[in-house]
Amino acid sequence: MSESAILETPLHALHVELGARMAPFAGYDMPIQYPDGVLAEHLHTRSHAGLFDVSHMGQALLGGADHASLAAFLESLCPADLVNLAPGRQRYTQLLNESGGIVDDLMVTRPPGAAGELRLVVNASRKAVDFALLRERLPKSARLTPLGEAALIALQGPLAAATLARLAPHEGLEAAPFMSARPARVAGFETFVSRSGYTGEDGYEISLPAAQAEMFARLLLTQPGVAPIGLGARDSLRLEAGLCLYGHELDETVDPVEAALGWSIQKRRRIEGGFPGAERIRSALAEGPRRQRVGLRPDGRAPAREGTEILSSDGAPIGAVTSGGFGPSVGAPIAMGFVKRAYAAVGTPAALVVRGKPLNTRVVAMPFHPHAYYRG
Amino acid sequence: MSQVRYTKDHEYIRIEGAEGVVGISEHAQQQLGDVVFAEAPPVGKMLKAGDPAAVVESVKAASDVFAPASGEVIAVNSEVEATPGLINEDALGRGWLFRIKLTEADELEKLMDEAAYVDYLKTLD
Repeated sequence: MSESAILETPLHALHVELGARMAPFAGYDMPIQYPDGVLAEHLHTRSHAGLFDVSHMGQALLGGADHASLAAFLESLCPADLVNLAPGRQRYTQLLNESGGIVDDLMVTRPPGAAGELRLVVNASRKAVDFALLRERLPKSARLTPLGEAALIALQGPLAAATLARLAPHEGLEAAPFMSARPARVAGFETFVSRSGYTGEDGYEISLPAAQAEMFARLLLTQPGVAPIGLGARDSLRLEAGLCLYGHELDETVDPVEAALGWSIQKRRRIEGGFPGAERIRSALAEGPRRQRVGLRPDGRAPAREGTEILSSDGAPIGAVTSGGFGPSVGAPIAMGFVKRAYAAVGTPAALVVRGKPLNTRVVAMPFHPHAYYRG
Repeated sequence: MSQVRYTKDHEYIRIEGAEGVVGISEHAQQQLGDVVFAEAPPVGKMLKAGDPAAVVESVKAASDVFAPASGEVIAVNSEVEATPGLINEDALGRGWLFRIKLTEADELEKLMDEAAYVDYLKTLD
C-alpha cells in the first residue's frame, strides 16, 4: 500500500468539512478524530449514537448456484458453520491458512431471499489478500464481486435504533435481531442494513451506493444525538468491548482458539473439521491452546501499549500486549495480550514492563465494558 | 516577572528566578489530544537538558517529556498526575508537570521565547 496513492472514501470531503484530523490507515486517508476528541467521541457513542465511516473495509458479493454449494466452498476456508446460516443472518468467522493461522477475520451474511449469494465484509488492510485467496480457490460455479462502489456507515450506540426507526418507520429495524441483515429503505435510500458493529453497543452497519453516502451521512448527522466518530474512538471502543483487531491480536501465526474465538466455531465444524488447519484447531479445542488471548487490567493509571512484555508473578516472560491503552468508559488502563496457557486463567497475577519498570496487573474477563447488543 | 521559553519538542519552562516550571506547550496538548496519564520524575532527580523526564499519554499514544534545561527536580504536580486532563484545560497553568532548580542557567539562552516559538510552529505546517 505504501507505494500507491492514498485512497479516499466517499465521505472524505465531509470528514474534512467537519474538522477531522485525517491520517493514513490501511491505504486510506481516514478521520482519526473530530474536534471533540477521542475521549468525548468514545463516551458519546456509549451514551448517544456515533456515526463511523467504515467504507475503507472490503465489501464483496460471493455468488454461486445455490446456498449449499456456495457455503460449502466458504467452509473449506473458514471454520464457521455457514451451510446452516439462515437467510437474513450473519456470522463472524475467519479465513484460515493451511496451518490454521488467521488470514483475516470477516462477517459473512446470507441475504434474505437471494438464492446462492453471500455478502462478505473484510478488513481494509487485508482485502487484496482475501480476495486473491478466494479467487484462487473459487469453484467454477461461483464468482466474487468486490463492491468497490459501496460505502459502509456504522451507526452505533443506544440511540441508533430510535434513529433508524425515525428515518425508516415502516422497516421495523428497531426489532431486527442482533447479527441479522437485510435490504431496507431508509429515508428513501436503498440500503443493506445489518444489526452488528465493532463497539460493543447496539447498532447497525449500513451499506449503500458510494454516490449516495454523503447525503445519507449528512441526514444521519442531523438526527438528535448522532455525532461523527473517528478511528481513534473506534479503537478504544472495540478494545473495551474485547474485540480483536487484525494486525494486533490476529495474524497468520495465530489460530482462532489461541485468539479466544473458539465460540465462532460451531459444533458441526468442530466434529466434522474440513477447514484449513483443522487438526491444530481441533486439538487446541480439545486440549487447550499453547497460548491464549486474555484481558489485562494494569494496577495504577499507566497504560501498557502494544508490544509491552508480560511477566509472570515470579518474573518469567509469558507473553506480550497486542493492544493497550486507556479505556474511557472503564476509566482506567486496559490491555489485551497473549500469554502462555498456564497463566491465562482469570485472576492470575502478572506484571507489565512499562518503561523498564514492572507494573502489577491481573488477567480479567472480557469485555472490559459490558456489551449492549440488542437481544430482543 | 516570569518568562516562558520553549523547546523544539514542545516543552515549556517558565523561569522563576533560579527555578523553572516545566510542562508541555498549548500546541503539544492540542496535538496529543485527551491526556489520560501523566507521570513526573521523582523529587530529587538530577536532570540534564534533553533527558527524558516525564511521560504524558493520550488515549492512543505515549509521549516523553524531555528536560528543557538541567537541574534538580524540587517539586512535582501531584494534581496533574491525579487529573491528567488539566494538561488539556490549562497546559501552561495548572497543567505544569515538575519544577527544577536550575544548574546551568545559560542553557536557557538556547531555548525559544514566545515569539520565536510561534514562528517555529508556522514552519511545521
